[in-house]
Amino acid sequence: MNAQRKQRLTLVLIIVFGSSLAVALVAYALSQNINLFYSPSQISMGEAPADTRIRAGGIVVEGSIRRDPESLKVQFDITDYAHSTTVEYVGILPDLFREGQGIVAQGQLDHQGRLIASEVLAKHDENYMSPEIAEALAAAGQMPHMPATAGKDY
Amino acid sequence: MIPELGTFSTILALCLALILSVVPMVGAYTGNKLWVDYARPLAKGVFFFLTLAMALLAYSFQTDDFSVVYVAQSSNTNLPWYYKFSAIWGGHEGSLLLWVWIQAFWTLAVAIKSKNLPLDIVGRVLAVMGMITVAFLLFILFTSSPFERFLPNAPMEGADLNPLLQDFGLIVHPPALYMGYVGLSVAFSFAIAALLSGRLDAAWARWSRPWTNVAWAFLTLGIALGSWWAYYELGWGGWWFWDPVENASLMPWLVATALIHSLAVTEKRGVFKSWTVLLAISAFCLSLLGTFLVRSGVLTSVHAFATDPERGVFILGMLIFVIGGSLLLYAIRAGSVKSESSFALSSRESLLLVNNILFTVACAMVLIGTLYPLVMDALNLGKISVGPPYFNALFVPLMSLMVVFLGIAAFSRWKETPVSLLSSKLWLPGVLSVVAALATHWLYSGSIEFWVLLALLLSYWIVFTWGREYLTRLRIRKDWLANMTRQSRSYYGMLLGHLGVAVMIVGIAMVTVFVEHRDARMAPGDQLEFRGYTFIFDGARKVQGPNYVSDMARVRVLKDGQPFREMFPEKRKYTARSMVMTQVALDPGFTRDLYIAMGEELENGAWAMRLQFKPFVRWIWLGALLMTAGGLLAASDPRYRKQDKREAAERGSYA
Repeated sequence: MNAQRKQRLTLVLIIVFGSSLAVALVAYALSQNINLFYSPSQISMGEAPADTRIRAGGIVVEGSIRRDPESLKVQFDITDYAHSTTVEYVGILPDLFREGQGIVAQGQLDHQGRLIASEVLAKHDENYMSPEIAEALAAAGQMPHMPATAGKDY
Repeated sequence: MIPELGTFSTILALCLALILSVVPMVGAYTGNKLWVDYARPLAKGVFFFLTLAMALLAYSFQTDDFSVVYVAQSSNTNLPWYYKFSAIWGGHEGSLLLWVWIQAFWTLAVAIKSKNLPLDIVGRVLAVMGMITVAFLLFILFTSSPFERFLPNAPMEGADLNPLLQDFGLIVHPPALYMGYVGLSVAFSFAIAALLSGRLDAAWARWSRPWTNVAWAFLTLGIALGSWWAYYELGWGGWWFWDPVENASLMPWLVATALIHSLAVTEKRGVFKSWTVLLAISAFCLSLLGTFLVRSGVLTSVHAFATDPERGVFILGMLIFVIGGSLLLYAIRAGSVKSESSFALSSRESLLLVNNILFTVACAMVLIGTLYPLVMDALNLGKISVGPPYFNALFVPLMSLMVVFLGIAAFSRWKETPVSLLSSKLWLPGVLSVVAALATHWLYSGSIEFWVLLALLLSYWIVFTWGREYLTRLRIRKDWLANMTRQSRSYYGMLLGHLGVAVMIVGIAMVTVFVEHRDARMAPGDQLEFRGYTFIFDGARKVQGPNYVSDMARVRVLKDGQPFREMFPEKRKYTARSMVMTQVALDPGFTRDLYIAMGEELENGAWAMRLQFKPFVRWIWLGALLMTAGGLLAASDPRYRKQDKREAAERGSYA
């Protein structure tokens, strides 16, 4: 093997080694950072794991929002109209958070089946419904409520 | 009448673009100079009619012509005139028109600025750009025309522009980003033209370089503007979310960055030729993929895409055609390409190869993280989302490694660099970086955080290695000033770009580690103190804006007990859409931003407030601006034009 070939071989080996390392890293990082989505029905039937980061979504139940008078702690229920789940969150809720609005919360289930959320998301469009919520509602036998025309107050 | 003229004008542009994509190409093959000569006037014609279409759409917006569906959806009589203007690209249809208008602009620029290139190459390049224009114009005319009408019942009032978009950011971010996205089509067209003509030599790399630099600079600027906009508009204070839409713009950027480096190798040394062509093709294909992801609705839901597939299928078809076609051409032609020289393992070529590998690997990782949820969803394997930790875990080590090599590359030479030379030059900057990083970190915070230390180390490493290399150049002759001006613009462009990396790294690490953020319930009179600042909430009052009503809070800020600022964050309710928006109050600074956003109203005049201290956050965008300036400076190097002129003179008849 002449010198030039040897160098090429080293280079190729470096590339192969590097890319397999990269693939391993990707696989590991992906397996650690995937958040699965569950509907309130799935959660109440015990399908969602506790103590793992999950996402849950549904419609905020009318009259279910309870605020702590001293802090930013807030509790509310989300529903797919078949079952509901209580969400607990400390912090500022997004601009479009309100009763009757579809939201997605990210967090962990505690052992009473409450979701301790670290993040609450509501999309920046009043007619938008997260497809996950829409599908969860459809699966629970409830057609998602969609305002008929854009731009109308409701 | 006006919107119909707009449609008509778009159709005329399509006709001209069709001729542009066929006639000069055939002319280049048959050697018919007359046919090739049609390319330039046709490019001008396409640009003229698309400019006219844009102007007509702008007119419809300014005159509140709500019989036009697109105007009715994204404008309102109360909208200020400048937002009526930028609302042109505030929605799907108009932003595609902007896309294709910019494509026509780049085509025009190539047509005008290519006086010294061989005519057959110009013909081919313009023809390929014409084909891209045709594809997008067909897409607009068949699925997304902004000129469609509500007839006979036009609404009296428009639905208003999404309040999120009623901002300076919308005026500048999309045009800059699209200039970058679409600018990559120039490098793509040059690559395709080179493959078609079989002349894959150093010359085509030199022709592509300035264009690619400019496109890359705009892409950098566009992404940075988007990040800055999200930072102050969304009310969270984040500057990068690893959102699929952001990733869609980051992927072409990563490949384009690899491309501008590998073009340098191809031009100077005549190696990596087929690799460079592949990068040029990939960069533009990723632009198209980004457009597909953002525009087809596939991101909101794979299934939503399947139920309303018209638009998505069109872009998908185009994507398959462009990727498949260009890769097929590549497979046929690239095999015959020979390297013009060889290089040793320790050489500038190898280091730039490392750069290329790292950037493409980074891009592949972003691609996997972005597409994985889509694939899982399509296969009904569950709805997942891939969080920022995935991207951070992969991106940070890769980019850190990149910066290590970036420093080493400062002293590398083409063909072969003795390792002893590298180590003799590198040890001093290495030691200095460690000392300086420790000292700076200690002075700033009095404790040591690993990530900040690493970031400072890497930044100093860039500054000291390239600084030392620059000083060496200044010492070549006695006269420092003469040495300084003797260096080329592309050299200074490179220095600026690399300095931008150093600045950005500092910003990212500092704001990520040392950010201080408080979410608090504040009643009038309440105060909160951190980082030497005291924030006193004076309560909120109602304010009437042109198309919104707002609760405006007054927050007095004391610095070390002394009055410092008054800040006025707002919670606005836009009347047309009855949509609530947070208007952040910012006190920007070179070393820190104060950031106040209002949350929801609580009882008794109390509000949920988000207060943040964001150290060095501006450095992130400052770094991006330096990179942009570097890219533009390098592209303006007169060397490219001189060399082309000389070669054109040698060819004689073509000049």
